[in-house]
Amino acid sequence: MAAFEIKVDPGVYDSAMLDSIKKVEATRPSRIGAELRRMSAEEKEDVLRRFHPDYREDGFAVLRVGPNKGEKVPSELCDLLEGRSRVLGVKVDVAHPDYDTDVLIIGGGGAGASAAIEASEGGARTMIVTKLRIGDANTMMAEGGIQAADKPNDSPLIHYLDALGGGHFYNKPELLKKLVMEAPEAIQWLNKLGVMFDKDADGTMVTTHGGGTSRKRMHACADYSGAEIMRVLRDEVINRGIQIVDFTAAIELVLDDRGQCAGAVLRNMETGELRVARAKAVIIATGGAGRLHYQGFPTSNHYGATADGLILGYRAGAKLLYADTIQYHPTGVAYPEQMLGALVTEKVRSCGAQLVNVDGIAFMNPLETRDVTAASIIRECKERGKGVPTPLGSAIWLDTPMIEELGGKGTIEKRIPGMLRMYSKFGIDMRLTPILIYPTLHYQNGGLDVTDKSMTNIPGLFVAGEAAGGVHGRNRLMGNSLLDVIVFGRNAGKFASAYVPDVRLGVPTLAHVEKFQAELSAAGVKSKVESPLLLPSYTHGNPKFADTIKWGHAEL
Amino acid sequence: MDKMVNIYIAGKQYTVPDSLTIMNAMEYAGYRHIRGCGCRAGFCGACATIYRIKGDSELRFCLACQTKVQDNMYIASLPFFPTQKQTYDIEKVKPDQTVMMELYPEIYSCIGCNACTKACPQGLPVMQYIAYAQRGEYEKCAEASFDCIACGMCSARCPAGITHPMVSLLARRLYGKYIAPESEHVDNRVDEVLRGDYDALIKELSEKPLDELKEMYNHREIEK
Ligand code: SF4
Ligand code: SF4
Ligand code: FES
Repeated sequence: MAAFEIKVDPGVYDSAMLDSIKKVEATRPSRIGAELRRMSAEEKEDVLRRFHPDYREDGFAVLRVGPNKGEKVPSELCDLLEGRSRVLGVKVDVAHPDYDTDVLIIGGGGAGASAAIEASEGGARTMIVTKLRIGDANTMMAEGGIQAADKPNDSPLIHYLDALGGGHFYNKPELLKKLVMEAPEAIQWLNKLGVMFDKDADGTMVTTHGGGTSRKRMHACADYSGAEIMRVLRDEVINRGIQIVDFTAAIELVLDDRGQCAGAVLRNMETGELRVARAKAVIIATGGAGRLHYQGFPTSNHYGATADGLILGYRAGAKLLYADTIQYHPTGVAYPEQMLGALVTEKVRSCGAQLVNVDGIAFMNPLETRDVTAASIIRECKERGKGVPTPLGSAIWLDTPMIEELGGKGTIEKRIPGMLRMYSKFGIDMRLTPILIYPTLHYQNGGLDVTDKSMTNIPGLFVAGEAAGGVHGRNRLMGNSLLDVIVFGRNAGKFASAYVPDVRLGVPTLAHVEKFQAELSAAGVKSKVESPLLLPSYTHGNPKFADTIKWGHAEL
Repeated sequence: MDKMVNIYIAGKQYTVPDSLTIMNAMEYAGYRHIRGCGCRAGFCGACATIYRIKGDSELRFCLACQTKVQDNMYIASLPFFPTQKQTYDIEKVKPDQTVMMELYPEIYSCIGCNACTKACPQGLPVMQYIAYAQRGEYEKCAEASFDCIACGMCSARCPAGITHPMVSLLARRLYGKYIAPESEHVDNRVDEVLRGDYDALIKELSEKPLDELKEMYNHREIEK
């Protein structure tokens, strides 16, 4: 095949950037093959404490009500957790449901789809509601890959230790055990569904390192790993005839008078019509929170990542775990601004690109864990003043031409074609020039607290994927989230379908919502927004809307 | 200050900064996306968009999240297109030509106009991958279509009513499941785990004191 052709825009980099690129090029030959030192445990500790956004006091607020009262969470999340329910003052007849099912899955991403397949496999009547389309999810955007210890020099034990250290030893052992032990089977399952993994001619999976891995166990489907997995799962869900209700958000859970989860109140995103779904088990698979833009960071997340499931669960009494730990992906696009915040997959670094400052110096080993790498990039820009100036702040080079020098011409097109295409649309050929990056809000490490059966403290309420917390401790490794959505999506689907035959639902009620509202009032909390948020609002600096549309405005 | 340009959203004029993507320009103009917006990063195909520059007869196809606005751009969003998805049991189909004949017989009515290829925002050889599918050459079809994001613009243009993204998805699943070489090392490891080979070991590891685990982690051997 002819090499991918790119029309380079000569004006895309300004003269200061071009000067810096010259320095990057000058040091490149000496950097190739040179071993970059890894940081000691103390050095990592230090850079995290001083530069990681999780340690910025002013980015957090303390919850005044609910199961995690007294604990700190990101301020924006706190506003939503303490927000006003969308069903208050509205007539909702939970006793006469519009839908009746065994397992209701909220969210149509990787975890929701995996859960749906297993729940239906287990014989349960299964239904997915999703506020956008099935597949509109962070899973679709996961570029890097999926971890599994299936090579002879690797084992679930080594995978366990890598993830535990990466998570700063806070991972819940029973969840982490499940993640690593069921990883090889997850790969096998996906492969049997027809996912096209990168393989050698003899069938050996092509696996690489990711930040924080001690073995090469990152499986990939070029740099469309998540997209490839998601489209196959979606196809399978449809093939099985599982009911999908799209453009419909869950805005509140329904409990019964015995405290069991009994369904959800749904809202049509386009018409605003409310409906009620009755279910014997509910699986929250609503994903992450990047679109809340904590501390003003741009995000790599999809449009719907607004932490809805956390709000629904919390209001119904489910506990959160590690909701104060957020992953900032070290390499988000910093320039050009049309792509601001978009993810530059970690695979770019696995393939050999180094992180280089304005002077052309590679200031760190590019394969440290994500939190350490992000904090080090922020330090390089903020404290050491060695960032490259851009219109939106300073940034660091990711020296992509190194990949071609290390792996041979054509490596970028073969291994990270999506990246090449994304940059090409804005006139940049990453094979020839390095690219500018800065940390971007990427992943919610914590979430709702679950058992190894994926159930919360509320009977019948399950959670899977990014909305659940604990498996990754306080920092997730690359490739463990795609794995998480598959392993725990399936897990939730299996246990939910096994749970429903014995369930006897009582009288459905929304009393918990009013009770929560009463607690808010008693604590003197004035809600700032209606929640869940459902979708963010953007006006891109249009002065005409400065006063009329605000973040989290109540009406769709 | 950004340069401002005039764009026409469904025919109505708005003035927006020229640095914005079509998706962002619509929001700047005051729209709030519900349909037509997903990943905002070129992966999901939600934001299929057709446009024409005033005075130019050529229709152009793009992703709203990946394309900058231009002066005098007439924009129509295509958030949904009625494609045909046939259902099948992946365990029961066979990776031969008959599957396509049964499920997507319309692919044999392709008239070779190449309108699909011209519409593809991913730059894929769409007509070519349909030809591969016709011949049951699923490996080639899978590779040529791999970057498809199912935006549906090819299907919107096809005079033969072909649903290209569904055809290629079937080809890729057939290839991934039946044609690509099997990965023995994965099957072996799954067998070991199911046999319980790691049960005692992982229990022991997970119960070790924190200090010992930290020690092990900090001194673990890292594959080159
Ligand atoms: S092949 Fe068709 S559906 Fe796929 S990306 Fe191209 S135009 Fe869109
Ligand atoms: S648009 Fe339809 S008929 Fe024309 S080449 Fe493509 S597949 Fe064939
Ligand atoms: S919004 Fe997903 S491709 Fe544009």
